[in-house]
Amino acid sequence: MTTITKSIAAAKAAALAAPLVLLAGATGAQELKIGLSAELSSLDPHYHNLTPNNMLARHIYEPLVGQDEKQALKPLLAESWKAIDDTTWEFKLRKNVKFHDGTPFTADDVIATMQRAPNVPKSPSSFSAYVRGKEFTKVDDFTVRVKTATPAPLVPTDLSTFGIIPAKCKDTTTEDFNLGKCTTGGTGAYKQAEYVAGDRVVLTPNESYWGGKEPWSKVTFRMITSAPTRVAALLAGDLDVIENVPTSDVARLKGDAKLSVASTVSNRVIYFHMDHFREVSPFIKGKDGSEIKNPLRNLKVRQALSMAINRPGIVDRIMEKEAIPAGQLLPDGFFGTSKKLKPVAFDLNGAKKLLAEAGYPNGFKMKLHGPINRYLNDTKIIEAVAQMFSRLGIETEVETLPAANFFTRASQGGQGNVPEFSFILVGWGAGTGESSDSLKALLATFDPAKGMGATNRGRYSNPTFDAKVDEALRTVDDAKRDAALAEAMDISMNDVGLIPTHYQLNTWASRKGVKVQARTDEYTLATGIRKD
Amino acid sequence: MLAFILRRLAQALFVIAAMLVIVFFGVNVVGDPIYMLISPEMDQQQIAETARQLGLDRPIWEQFLVFLKNAVQGDLGRSFVHGESAIKLILSRMPATLELAFVALFMAIVIGLPLGLYAGLKPESRLSRFIMAVSILGFSLPTFWVGLMLILTFAVGLGWLPATGRGPTVSIFGLETSLLTLKGWQHVALPALNLALLKISLVIRLARAGAREAALMDYVKFARAKGLSQSRIIGVHILKNIMIPIVTVLGLEFGSLVAFSVVTETIFAWPGMGRLLLEAITRLDRPVIVAYVMVVVVLFVAINLLVDMVYSALDPRVRLTEATS
Repeated sequence: MTTITKSIAAAKAAALAAPLVLLAGATGAQELKIGLSAELSSLDPHYHNLTPNNMLARHIYEPLVGQDEKQALKPLLAESWKAIDDTTWEFKLRKNVKFHDGTPFTADDVIATMQRAPNVPKSPSSFSAYVRGKEFTKVDDFTVRVKTATPAPLVPTDLSTFGIIPAKCKDTTTEDFNLGKCTTGGTGAYKQAEYVAGDRVVLTPNESYWGGKEPWSKVTFRMITSAPTRVAALLAGDLDVIENVPTSDVARLKGDAKLSVASTVSNRVIYFHMDHFREVSPFIKGKDGSEIKNPLRNLKVRQALSMAINRPGIVDRIMEKEAIPAGQLLPDGFFGTSKKLKPVAFDLNGAKKLLAEAGYPNGFKMKLHGPINRYLNDTKIIEAVAQMFSRLGIETEVETLPAANFFTRASQGGQGNVPEFSFILVGWGAGTGESSDSLKALLATFDPAKGMGATNRGRYSNPTFDAKVDEALRTVDDAKRDAALAEAMDISMNDVGLIPTHYQLNTWASRKGVKVQARTDEYTLATGIRKD
Repeated sequence: MLAFILRRLAQALFVIAAMLVIVFFGVNVVGDPIYMLISPEMDQQQIAETARQLGLDRPIWEQFLVFLKNAVQGDLGRSFVHGESAIKLILSRMPATLELAFVALFMAIVIGLPLGLYAGLKPESRLSRFIMAVSILGFSLPTFWVGLMLILTFAVGLGWLPATGRGPTVSIFGLETSLLTLKGWQHVALPALNLALLKISLVIRLARAGAREAALMDYVKFARAKGLSQSRIIGVHILKNIMIPIVTVLGLEFGSLVAFSVVTETIFAWPGMGRLLLEAITRLDRPVIVAYVMVVVVLFVAINLLVDMVYSALDPRVRLTEATS
C-alpha cells in the first residue's frame, strides 16, 4: 500500500515538475533521445559482433584504435602504432586515461581484454577472428606488442573492432555486463546507467573523460524497429535523432523547417552474385525450357547483364536518389579502391550485341532470387532488374524469400551444401572500411582451410585475382597494399566476378539545433551528435 | 468439479506435448540460424566454430533429444541471440504485454458494453445506427494502419500523447507496472486503444445481439409488468444474461490479445513479448520461438479452463460436474 501511495505522490511530483522540465528543454535541451532501428542483444562488448552492439559499446568501452566517420583509422586508447617488422606491431598506449571509477588504464587491461574477447561463452558471433593468431605481450605499462606468425597488415584494423575492458572485469559474465555489474566501467565518454533489453539503453556522461566532457546530461537510445514509427516519434518530438530514415520519407523530412537531415555514402554496396561454378545452373533454362550450359560462365554474357542494368534509373526511381551508382565494391576514396573503375554505363543495344556474340541472340530463361526487407527496397530493385533483363531478351522470373530462408539457401541450399541459386541480389557492408574485407570474402576462391571466400556465393574463382589479394594481405606497407588491392579490384570487376549496382546512403534526421555527424559505417554515435 | 479439472489438465498436457514436437520441427525447417547470427565478415572456420558452440552442427533428432531432456526439467533452451534462458526472457517481457492486454480488455468492456447495450435496446435510433456503422470499421481496418493513424493524429498532429514506448514503471508486489503513473497511462493509451479496437467492435455486436434478444424474453416482460425500474431491468436482468457469451468470447480474445499483440507492439515500440517474438523470428532465434509458442499454448489452456469456471458462476444452469458424466 505504501508503495502505491508513494508512487502516486511521485506521479504528482512529476506532474508538478513537468513545467520545469519543459523550461529546461527551452533553455538548451540537455537530454538527448535517439531512435535506433535495430535491437542490440547485449551490453557486453565482446559477446556478439553485431552492429548495434558494437555501436552502443563504443560509448562505454573504447577500442585501442578508432575509426573516424569515413572509417579511416585514428588513435583512441592507443596514441600511436607502428610495424616494427613484418610480423610485429607495437602500440603505444595513451597515458592518464582512467576507467569510470577512477582506475587507471594500463597495458594489463589490454592483455586481459585480449584474453576475454575471443572466449565469451555462447557467443552467437565472437570476436575471435580478430584476436586469433596474435600474441600480445606487455613491454611496459604503456606499450603492447603484437606478434603474428605471418605478415599481418590488418592488426590495427582488427583491434578497432572491439572495446577494452578493465582487467578487473575479465571474468564478468555477459549477464552481469547487461546488469551493469562491471562497475569499473570503460574508458569511454559515457557510462552505462540503465539497460532495458529490447527497449532502451540510457547513458550518462563520464565527467572525467580524457577527450573532454560531452554536452549531454543524459543520452537515451530507444530501439524502434518500425521505420514509420521512428519517423512519427521524431515528428512528435519524442526523439531528437533517428537513424535509418526510410528513403520514401527523406524528401519530406528535408522540407520540414523544424528538422535537419544528414547523410553520407555507406560502406554498403548492393550487388548481384551469380553462378560461376556449375556447368549447368539450376535456375537457368533455354527459351524452350530445355537444359542449357550455364551462360554466366561466359564473360560476354556477364558484361551484357551488367550493361543492361540502368543504375541511374534504380538510384532515381527506386532509391529516391538516396543511393549512388556503383562501379566497384566500395565507394571512391575508401582504402583499396580503384581510381579507374566507373559504374558500367547503361547500354541496351551494346548489351544485346554482346549477348549475340556470346551465342545467345535469343537470350535464355533465368530466375533471380533475393531477400525481403534485408536491404533498402531490395524487392523493388530485384523486380526492376528483372524487367531490365527481360528487355535484353532474357526471360526473367523473380522469387524473393524471408532473409532467414534466403541466406541459408543462398549459402548452402544446393546438393552437397553448395549455394543453391543462379543469380542473387545481396549487399555487403565493409566493416573494416577497406576493400580487402570485401575482396577476400566475396570474390576470393572458396577455401575453408585458408578462410578465403567465405561469402563467395557465386564461387567465383580467378587465380590471378587470388594471387593479388594474397599479396595485398601480406603487404604491411599501407601505400603498397592500397595499390595491390586496387589492382585486385580492377581484375575482378573487369572480369565481372559480380555486378555491383549501387551504394546506399546512410541517413539520419534530427530536430533543428541537433547536428548529427553522418558516418559511412551506419553507426549512430552520441559522441558525434552536437548542439548546433 | 475436481474430476472436470483433472480431465482438462490431462487433455492440456497432451496438447502441450504435441505442440512441442510440431513447433520444434516446424522452426527447424525454416533455415539455418547461423547465417542470421554471425557477422557476415567471419570466415568458414568461425562459422563452424559458432555452430558447434550453439549445438547447431548436430543432427536434428539429436538436437531434439537434448531439447526434450531439458524441456522435461522446465528448461526450454537458451536464446541464441541473448544467451539467456528463453523462458526467463519471455517472462521478463510479459508484464508489459499483460499490462497492454488488460488495458485493452478494460477498454473493450467499458466502451463496447454500454454502446452495444444502447444499440440493442434502441435499435431504431440514429445513434444506434451510427454506432453499428462505426463498429464495422473496427473490424475491417488493418491494425498497423490504424496504429499509424493514431500516432499521426494524437502524437504528431495534436501532440496530446507520446508516440511510442512504455512509461516509467513502478514496482509493486514484485511486478513492474507503468499503470500507477500519469505518464504510464499516457503511454499505454494509444497502443491499448489500437489493440482494443477490434474487441470493442466485437463487444458492441455481441451486446447488441444479446440485448435485442433478451429484451423480448418473457422474464423481462414480467419484470416490467411487476413494475421494476428500467435501470434494474437492464442492469440486472438483461445485462447478467447477455454477459455469458461476452465473457466466453472475451476470455478467448484475451489470450489472443496477449499472444498476438505483435503488430501493435512493433508499431508503438512497446517493449513486450510480441516484439521479442518478431525479433526472434527475423533472427531465427529458435529457442525463443519454441518457448514463446509453448507459453502461449499454456496460456490458452489456462484461459479456457478459467472461462469454463467463470461461466458456471454466471449461469447457474451450467454445472461443471455434469460435463464430466
